[in-house]
This record gives sequence, structure tokens and C-alpha cells, in this order.
Amino acid sequence: MGEVKKHDTPLMDDLKSGPWPSFVDDIYSYAERHKKQACFDILGQMELSYKNKETHWKHGGIVGVFGYGGGVIGRYSDQQEKFPAIWAFHTVRVNQPAAKWYHTSALRKLCDMWDHRGSGIMNLHGSTGDIILLGTVTEQLEYIFYDLGHQLKMDLGGSGSNLRTPECCMGMSRCEWSCIDTQDIVYELTMAFQDELHRPAFPYKFKIKVSGCPNDCVAAIARADFSVIGTWRDRIKIDQEAVRAYVGGELKPNAGAHSDRDWGPFDIKKEVIDLCPTKCMFWDEGQRKLYINDAECNRCMHCINVMPEALWPGDDRGAVILMGAKAPILEGAQLSTVIIPFMKLEPPYDNLKNLLYKVWDYWMEHGKNRERLGETIQRIGLNRFIVDVLGIKPIPQHVKEPRSNPYIFWKEEEVEGGWTRDVAEFRKRHPA
Amino acid sequence: MSERPERPDPIYTQPYDPTLAEKLYNPQKPMENRITDIGPPHYWQFLPPVIQRNYGKWKSHEIIQPGVLKYKAHSGEVVYVVRCGTPRLETTDYVREICEIADKYCDGYVRWTTRNNVEFHVTDEEKLRALLEDLKSRKMPNGAYKFPIGGTGASVTNIVHTQGWIHCHTAAIDASGVVKAIMDELFDYFGSHKLPAQVRLALACCINMCGAVHCSDIAVVGIHRKPPLVEDERLDKVCEIPLVIASCPLGAIKPATVEVAGEKRKSVRVNVDRCMFCGNCYTMCPAMPISDGQGDGLALVVGGKVSNRITPPTFSKVVIPFIPNEPPRWPTAVKWIKKILEIYSQNARKYERVGDWIQRIGWEKFFELTDIPFTWHLIDDYRLAYDTYRTSVHFKFTSHVETVTDFE
Repeated sequence: MGEVKKHDTPLMDDLKSGPWPSFVDDIYSYAERHKKQACFDILGQMELSYKNKETHWKHGGIVGVFGYGGGVIGRYSDQQEKFPAIWAFHTVRVNQPAAKWYHTSALRKLCDMWDHRGSGIMNLHGSTGDIILLGTVTEQLEYIFYDLGHQLKMDLGGSGSNLRTPECCMGMSRCEWSCIDTQDIVYELTMAFQDELHRPAFPYKFKIKVSGCPNDCVAAIARADFSVIGTWRDRIKIDQEAVRAYVGGELKPNAGAHSDRDWGPFDIKKEVIDLCPTKCMFWDEGQRKLYINDAECNRCMHCINVMPEALWPGDDRGAVILMGAKAPILEGAQLSTVIIPFMKLEPPYDNLKNLLYKVWDYWMEHGKNRERLGETIQRIGLNRFIVDVLGIKPIPQHVKEPRSNPYIFWKEEEVEGGWTRDVAEFRKRHPA
Repeated sequence: MSERPERPDPIYTQPYDPTLAEKLYNPQKPMENRITDIGPPHYWQFLPPVIQRNYGKWKSHEIIQPGVLKYKAHSGEVVYVVRCGTPRLETTDYVREICEIADKYCDGYVRWTTRNNVEFHVTDEEKLRALLEDLKSRKMPNGAYKFPIGGTGASVTNIVHTQGWIHCHTAAIDASGVVKAIMDELFDYFGSHKLPAQVRLALACCINMCGAVHCSDIAVVGIHRKPPLVEDERLDKVCEIPLVIASCPLGAIKPATVEVAGEKRKSVRVNVDRCMFCGNCYTMCPAMPISDGQGDGLALVVGGKVSNRITPPTFSKVVIPFIPNEPPRWPTAVKWIKKILEIYSQNARKYERVGDWIQRIGWEKFFELTDIPFTWHLIDDYRLAYDTYRTSVHFKFTSHVETVTDFE
């Protein structure tokens, strides 16, 4: 290793101070210890961006590994003379283990590999969930891929117009509310769809996210083209003794989430019964008993969140399948739309896989270039998508409200006598 | 059910061999020794034994102090979790330090959350106390905490964010630096439970919005304000003109034949009056750069959420249309975020998310309380804009309303 060239970075240095962990301090410490020119250069180029208030990365760059159409994001500096060690600074997306649990033996080995083959800078994790290895050159890509496969038993994640790396909440590994095995579902789907993940054949990106309950800790409803959210359809389980303990102040509401402010003594009427969106709960002060009219419950989770020692989701568990969420680019942001209100999910999840294949078959044939599934659904209409494409029976759960205009695209076969009419016959009845 | 490997694969304890890949990969025969489509490591091998034993059999949880959760299983077993913020953009040395802590206290098991926090698991209180002391004592060379404890309950947890100027070619703002500046200022809210409900912050460095910015309590989104440049001398060589034209959601780009150095060339022209600065054309065409130091900056959006709790998931709404880039600490943006957070904290009811609070008091009241100027930019004129117009006489008389007597 030769001498390294450091750059003057007063603006970046300002971000070393303050209590929140500083990436600048971290990267500089690493650069000094490992004598890594790429780390000095990346902060040098960032300093320039801080001065000019503009990014200094060139547009795109198609790079990758043999046989895959994604997983590597090409990146080139537009300041290659000033910062030669980052002339190329590609990102490698590595598929994370479900719910982001690790053993340090695997993490350390990954770190050793990345010291050797890249900048040593990474993200845990990218927005979609992948392990992001930030900054390497084209010549290293195949070696990184071989190291991942042979020494780490890891594989690349998705990028471009393909299935993006599926992601889930912590699910049953720690959460008492998870109505489905989010980790197993994500693992099974990821393994079943390796081809879709690595070889772009879609009109645009396609994201799958799986949350265990309506709290939706991975933001499936906001981010995923295909959102799986755990739920139940029987009765909320109640431990009346524990409810009384909350009312009596022995247990802290919301698991202690409000502990640093005096909100007064817990008031079950004000904090639970009155906030219930469907008003399906009743606290009988005389009997000291909580009643829930489960048929009216919309499973918002508020009461369960407030009294986790007393209430739990029921036992008839499954998932709501929603589709079409996306960020604003281009037709505006969309949340996912309910498609299947309740689906039982048991290994090997063939029902879920079949549904996905059905959606992809249609979208791959009819979706326009760079059109997300949600935009395709909007373009053809939700009614056509669920009825004609998926063959699902339309029900009120599919909409917030019925349409307010009567401009219905009737089908000819629905209309008695069809659409073929004789104008001469018409004029016999109605002279012009 | 997929087969569950009980313990971490023994391959991970074999040292990394930096020479192996060069021996295995042959550029002349790229299929030789190639392992493909193996997918991610199976999650089960990375679960601590206490988690494996109680998987799907958890009874309840409690936050015993900010950043520390206690989970109880039906079996009677208990696990304590310590949650720490991380910068997300980090080096292998930082990750190795996490490994060192996890080896010392947690038998080598560790987990990350969706919001870039790292979580350490222990099963007895003595270890928990030692772990907490250890984490608090670890500082960076210039004094920042390496592993601030918090991010639970009614707090501001770690900010979901994008790459910004460290890696992105369409970024209108930086990401990691803005996040650092915001979290330094809101640090106290990360490690405490004093807000009315949890507040989810997010940042996207352009409107592609990699991350759930559009459904966050308070969020920053990078925007452009100048139409793209058109490089006539390059465009027909590097861009597919029909794709560029189709990429514009407002049909503002049309084909053009132009003269460059006496030569007729195919290019495009932008109807700047129709441009909404989305940058989609630049994504499709490198010869239409849109970034500009003066034009670019950020918008603040508030009131969105993802959870179905009490009210349905909701989009965030734009409340400040533009704040210029002010590196290294973006003081104007940070000031407004803190102000919105504190006004919310003073006025909202227990359990009310930012958006629920605003729904209750009305947007006019929100703008009055926060002193954020309301300008024409905040009235939607894109798709479905009509849904946001006020079509009732239900409003409050805030300071915005001037009584009209004469009108000419």
C-alpha cells in the first residue's frame, strides 16, 4: 500500500461533531487505519458536492455479473482526475437474510471480503432491505460474486426491471402479534423466484413485502407492488384479569411507550373504548369486564397495542393481499389496494405463488414500459383487474365506496338483445 | 416449511480466502465454478437459540426503558433487546465493532430493524446492565455516540433514508449528512418517550423516493426547480428519443431536428411551462441533466403514516414547498422539522400521530400554529387534485381569513 492522498474537507468535518453517530468520523477512522484511498476520495468528492450543491456521479452505467441482469448498480465519478480511486464506485446489492438476523461469523467474513474487494463502506441496509456494499470497480465484480457464492453462501439482490429483494418484519421471531410466518414466507418466495429476481423480464420493478400484522412494520402497504399483511378473522383473545390490571394502573399502557411524560392515570374509556374506530368495544365498570363485538372490529390493532398483556389477535389467522403501492413517480403515490381480504398462508405457500404468477403473466404482457403494477391497475380499472384478469368475485371490501358516477362500461352480453339494432325499425317508432 | 439449519453454517468460521475467487473464476470459461441462484442464507441459522425455542410462541412485550424491550414467551423464557441507532452509511470497522459487542454479550447474534437500528439480545438482567454501560461508553473520535440507545415507543426513531451525494446520480440533496444534522438536533427525542406517539421521519434525495417518505409523519424530499438542460450534440448518441418523449408524464417533451456545427441532428425540446421538474427524462436520458446548485433543494411533507392503527394509512402532504440546500447542516430545514415536531408535541393528544392530530384540528389550524406560510404551491394541481379542494363550509377562522367587504 503506497502513500494515501488526503483532501481538505472542512464541510464534511463539521459533521463529525454532535451526539448522533457520525459517518464522517467513521469513514475517516477507517480510511486512516486501512490506508484506503477510495475512502479519502469519496469524502473529497462529497466535499465538492457540499460546495457545489450538486451530485458528482455520472449518469448510470450498465455493469453486472455474467448471467444476471441486476444486483449491481454502476456508478462513475465525473471528477476522475481529482478522485482517481473512485473513478468507478459500483454498488453491490446482497440479498439479506429474512428479518435481518445475523451471526457475527457471517458478518465478519463479509466485512473481510469487502475490505479486500471494495471500499469497506456499506449500508445496513438499503431501503428495499438488501445489504448494500458501496463502492468497487468493474474488475472486482465477478470475484465478489464468486466470493459470495463460494465462501459466504450469499447471492445478489434485485435491481432494475425485475423482482426486487423481498422483505419482511421480524414476524414470529420476536413478535406476539405476527399472524403469519413472515420470515418463512419471504424465504420461500425468494427461493422460488430466483429467476425473476436475477433476470429482468418485467415492465418495471416489482416489490414484495410481508408484514405480520396491521401495524405493518415494513411499510408493505406503502411500498410494495404486492403487499402481504397478516390478520385474523375470529375473535380478539382477552385476558380479563390483565385488562383489570391495566385499569387498576398495575400495568403500563402501550407497553410503556409513553413513560417520559405524565399523561395522568390510564383511562380505558378515553384511551381505548373511545378511540376504537368502529366503536365495537364496551367496558362494563360494574362487572369490570371488557366486551368486544368482534363482528364489527376492523382489526386496527389499537386496543391490542395499548394492552399487550391482555389482548391478542385471534387464532384463525391469515393475510390480506393488497397490490399496487408505489412512490409518486410518475402518476402520483399509491397505497396498495385490497385484492384478497383473507388468504390462509401455509407452507409451501402455493396459493400465494400462483397468485403472483397470474399477476405477472398479465402485467408482463400488458404493462407498458416503466409502468408499475398499480399504474396498470389504474389504467385498466380495478374492476377489470380483479374480475377479468384475476377471476376474483368483486365484493365491497375492494373499495372505500361505490362509484358516484353512472358512467358504467356495460358489456354487450349484459344488455338484453345486445347492441345490434335496426335504425329503420327505430324510425318506424320515432319518425325523424 | 423450508428446512431449518439449527446453527450458523460452518463455512462462516472458515477464514476468508482472498485468493480463492481468482483461482475459481476463468474469464475464458465464465460458467466454470459458477454458483448462481442460491438465494439468501436461511434465516433460521442466525436466530439465537432462545428465539428458535420460542419462535411463534411469544406472549407479550414491555419497553422497560427507552431503547430496551423485554419479551416474554409462553414458555416463561424472557429476552431483553437493546435497540441502538446507526448511521446506516458505515464501514466494515463499525460493523466489526457491532460484532465484537454481539460476541461479548449475545453469543454472536445480532439483528437490524427496518429503520436502520441495530438490536442486541440478552437473556439476563446482569448482562443487560453491562451491555447498556458498554454501549453508552463507546464514542467516536470526535465525541459522537457510536451506539445511541433508543428508538422505541413515543420517540423519534432512526430516519429511513436514501443515498444522496455519496452514491446517487439523480440526488437533489444529500442524504446521510442531512440525517446526521436532523438527528443531532432531535437526539433527545430518540432516547426518550415524551411525544404523544411515535414519530416516523424519512428522507428521500429525489422524488423517486426510495423509501416510504410519502407515508411518514415528517419527511424530507429532494426536489429540482429548473427544467432539464438539453445537450443537442450528445442526445441522439446516448438516448432513445421515443423513450425520452414517452417518459414525460406531462407530454412536455417533443422531438426536434436541430443544427449542431452545421450538421442536422435529432434532439428534443422541452416545453418548460409544462415541466414539473420530476427528472424522469434524466433517468431515461443522460443528455438531459436536471441537477442545479441553485435550483435544487428540499420540500417538507408531514402527516403520513403506514400503520392501520385507529386511522387508515395516509400520504404525507407538502407543507413547505422549498428550502434551499444549506450544507453541511441544513439549518433552515432542521429548524422547521424541530418546530413542527415540538408544536405537535405540545398540542396533540396521547396516541395521536402527526396526521391524526392535524386531521382533528384542521390544516388551517396547523399552518397557524406552526407559522408556516401558506402559498399557492401547496394547492394541488396534479392528478386527483380535486379530492383536496375544500367542498364544504366546514373550516375554522384562523388568521389567514381576511373579511372581504369590497371586491373589484
